[in-house]
Amino acid sequence: MISVDTINFTPFSSLFGGIFIGVAVCIFFISTGRLAGVSGIVNNALTKSHNLFVNSLFLLGLILGPLLFMFFSQNSISFQVTSSIPLIIIGGLLVGIGTKISSGCTSGHGVCGISRFSIRSIVATILFMLAAIITVLVLKLIGIN
Amino acid sequence: MVQKILVLISGVVFGLGLTISSMTNPAKVIGFLDIFGVWDPSLGFVMGGAILIAAPFLYIFKNKSHLILTSKIELPNKKNVNTSLVLGAITFGIGWGAVGFCPGPAISSIALLNPFSLLFVASMIAGFYISQLINN
Repeated sequence: MISVDTINFTPFSSLFGGIFIGVAVCIFFISTGRLAGVSGIVNNALTKSHNLFVNSLFLLGLILGPLLFMFFSQNSISFQVTSSIPLIIIGGLLVGIGTKISSGCTSGHGVCGISRFSIRSIVATILFMLAAIITVLVLKLIGIN
Repeated sequence: MVQKILVLISGVVFGLGLTISSMTNPAKVIGFLDIFGVWDPSLGFVMGGAILIAAPFLYIFKNKSHLILTSKIELPNKKNVNTSLVLGAITFGIGWGAVGFCPGPAISSIALLNPFSLLFVASMIAGFYISQLINN
């Protein structure tokens, strides 16, 4: 029933990129004693003066990453948004509200939490994956996305 | 100073990882979530690669504050699966599936100065404040 997209499937660059993310989580942990969950770091940077400079440095690094990639590889980064403007706004609001309420996103729950074998994070990851899969299916079926 | 340089490096390495793995491309993420269409399993390899490195490292270092650059380790201490976790994760998943952006790649994509990604980041930040208002 499942057919795999062999044209766009990139197992090696994805695994390699994932290893980079894992290394980044380790460096962040040894330097701060905290987990590199992006939604939490953005939230704290916006609302708390505590650790503001360190959090801002991490976010600056996140933005510098793609720039350095383009500079050294001399490649552009493929970027394609298929959603309409209203859907982007609704999606952004839901991602902000949801990650705040559940205290984590793909990095916080999906990478850091699962790496610690946290039951909360495993449950959260299964739920947001399922919700996202169903959303993609529903939007496709009703012809919105 | 060493701590701040390392935090910046970790952000850069994280951003490079998201770029190398094409997580910064919403269409690629949608390709992973569209399991009933022509499925692109790549994103599973991103999470797998990250966990492969982070899990043993965090396991070894979680109690060894003397080995790391900070005197205190702040790990989440909540243990129970509650309503806010469940509702929040589902809400996040719907937003993620609608656009193909989660917070990390969205922040990284600011670098591309694409109006769609900037609009998404602004909406996400508005979402943070809205849920804060709901909580208060």
